[in-house]
Amino acid sequence: MKTSARIAGLGAALLCCAAAPGSGNPYVRVPGNPRFQSALLGDQAGGVAVADFAMQDHPVTNAEFATFVAAHPEWRRGAVAPLFADSAYLTHWQSLDAPGEPLAGQPVTRVSWFAAEAYCEAQDARLPTWAEWELAAAADTTQQDARGDPAWRQAVLDWYSRPAGALALVRQSPANVYGLHDLHGLVWEWVQDANSLMSSDEAQKFCGGGALTLRQKENFAVLMRVATLTSLKPADTTRSLGFRCALGFRCARGLS
Amino acid sequence: MWKSCRCVLAGLVGALLAFSAPASTRSAQHPPGDFGPPQGEPVQAVLTSPPLVPPATGRKKPAKVVVDLEVREIEKEISEGVSYTFWTFGGTVPGSFIRVRQGDTVEFHLRNHPDNKMPHNIDLHGVTGPGGGAASSFTAPGHESQFTFKALNAGIYVYHCATAPVGMHVANGMYGLLLVEPPEGLPPVDHEYYVMQGDFYTVGKYRERGHQDFDMQKAIDEKPTYVLFNGSEGALVGDHALKAKVGETIRLFVGNGGPNLVSSFHVIGEIFDNVRYEGGTEYQHNVQTTLIPAGGAAIVEFHVDVPGSYVMVDHSIFRAFNKGALALLKAEGEPDKAIYSGKEVDAVYLGDKAANLAPVSEARAAAASGTLTPEQQIKAGEARFTGTCSVCHQANGRGLPNVFPPLAGSDFLMADKQRSIGIVLNGLSGKVSVNGAAFDSVMPPMSQLNDDELANILTYVRNTWGNSGEAVSAAEVKAVRDSTKRPEGAAH
Repeated sequence: MKTSARIAGLGAALLCCAAAPGSGNPYVRVPGNPRFQSALLGDQAGGVAVADFAMQDHPVTNAEFATFVAAHPEWRRGAVAPLFADSAYLTHWQSLDAPGEPLAGQPVTRVSWFAAEAYCEAQDARLPTWAEWELAAAADTTQQDARGDPAWRQAVLDWYSRPAGALALVRQSPANVYGLHDLHGLVWEWVQDANSLMSSDEAQKFCGGGALTLRQKENFAVLMRVATLTSLKPADTTRSLGFRCALGFRCARGLS
Repeated sequence: MWKSCRCVLAGLVGALLAFSAPASTRSAQHPPGDFGPPQGEPVQAVLTSPPLVPPATGRKKPAKVVVDLEVREIEKEISEGVSYTFWTFGGTVPGSFIRVRQGDTVEFHLRNHPDNKMPHNIDLHGVTGPGGGAASSFTAPGHESQFTFKALNAGIYVYHCATAPVGMHVANGMYGLLLVEPPEGLPPVDHEYYVMQGDFYTVGKYRERGHQDFDMQKAIDEKPTYVLFNGSEGALVGDHALKAKVGETIRLFVGNGGPNLVSSFHVIGEIFDNVRYEGGTEYQHNVQTTLIPAGGAAIVEFHVDVPGSYVMVDHSIFRAFNKGALALLKAEGEPDKAIYSGKEVDAVYLGDKAANLAPVSEARAAAASGTLTPEQQIKAGEARFTGTCSVCHQANGRGLPNVFPPLAGSDFLMADKQRSIGIVLNGLSGKVSVNGAAFDSVMPPMSQLNDDELANILTYVRNTWGNSGEAVSAAEVKAVRDSTKRPEGAAH
């Protein structure tokens, strides 16, 4: 039953791929892991269960987002209610509905969580969960879980070590083992459960000194992402924060 | 799905305070240090960049003080020719100096510049309250937070960023000092200066040129590449040295941001008349070296009796001479032979940091643009020669008879350009004959200097004191360097 559901889910994902408006940014299949060792979620012994899912090849670009805005004018700069996006929303675009040529191939930033979620919903998709994002981003070009590799760790930290200058275009860095680009080194990315990452038990874990339980040094690099996401309210936008969409099963969070 | 929990991943320090230690319940009466509600119009706090300190508040009553502090992530020089991405409070390392009076109500605005990448917050050690403000000030890029506290305790306090990973935020320069004056103020002095130590961790080695990234592993291992006062090797030397006159009294606010090291703060040639550890109320007198813990600070006062250069160091002394923990106070005035008669030995103590490095920067820029002239090389070479080579060969190039060979008019030097490059790179020990005199001594390899620097020094010595020869290019030095094996880190 479970298996067949999974297959059905993947089938749906593939169908969506074909139908998705942003076909220049295809969905790439990522195998799940029933016992994924998240830096944040689940317990140490069992990890957290992540079902198979699919994720977009690269962060959504300004050009891709402009297509969405054209079809959904309620998401134009100036038309969005302040409740759903702060005053910096898309302010770097040349006009209300067009980014301008130099920005076209860069990842879209200055988008709120609401805007990102709306974009994905318009594609019959959703934002990835933190666990999905973390699992996909644990890879390097040859390994599914490179977090123990000092080179992976340093590559993540090197991006933190540079000021936010002009953004590069997407797909300039090599794909990881799943075929995904730019999970590190380009922008922060919204996840669906961004602001519940630190709730309840997890909050206690961190705030009560539980950050000490971040067992692996490589998690330090991941921690920075979590810190960034938890500093944000859903209407917030920043210059370095974008997103990509996902499809598939909801992440089944491990209950300890 | 969107939950309102704002529990901050703000970091261990703030977080531990926030959740494990309930604030002590005070009795209904005001705690000591609370002089009642603020009086008069709100005051905008004067913030200063290091090494400057804001003027005394001069207030006799508690006020409401507004502090506007902006976080900037910026690329700056950490050492000559080496850039680093600093995360700063107010654009400098250490961050802006904040000065209030005990009993003041401080309305604190933390702004995270829109161009920044990271979220930040602030934990002020002078704040009574969970996290020292950390949880209340957690701010995404392009946003601002506000919180208010009453400055109940007088003293000198460190503030720092407490956003996870805390160590990395601190290692990138996110710390500074908050002075809470006692109600009566501090006794007047002639100069107040702001000096703060920090340790830095780069992927490249000490003084390796170009942009250097943060090295997390070195930070975890507590093996800093640099230990610095005020965030760069050049911050407090040369034209930026602190200044004073004989007969004046100096007050230093000395902090240590860490993240890892404890500082043994010492001023060579001075004895601290007063040290107020950690901003406490008791003074210690006649102190030679005072410990400044990471995340701690002290107020240090001394009277300048004789002129000269006073070198501030972390007396864990390899940090001073091999990692950059050197600063300088230049005192002008009439010598007092009754107190001190000897000659100054700046050159030996300061190494190349004593020199005016402007010609070095000029030559580096010219080399980069391909317009470097021999004249520029000679000037830059002179700056580097001073304090490095001059220690043995002497500023006049004549060396010391029977000990250090002369460079001025040296037949040995001028006979073979390639050989001279090799000697500077790899050192020389054993017998040589220079101008008919025999020397048998040891010159250490100077391979820590880069190709440009060595080319400039050699061009200088080959064209000074009556010497005349062709210039040495960086490419020639590189060729010799590449063709000789040497043990890693042989010099210095």
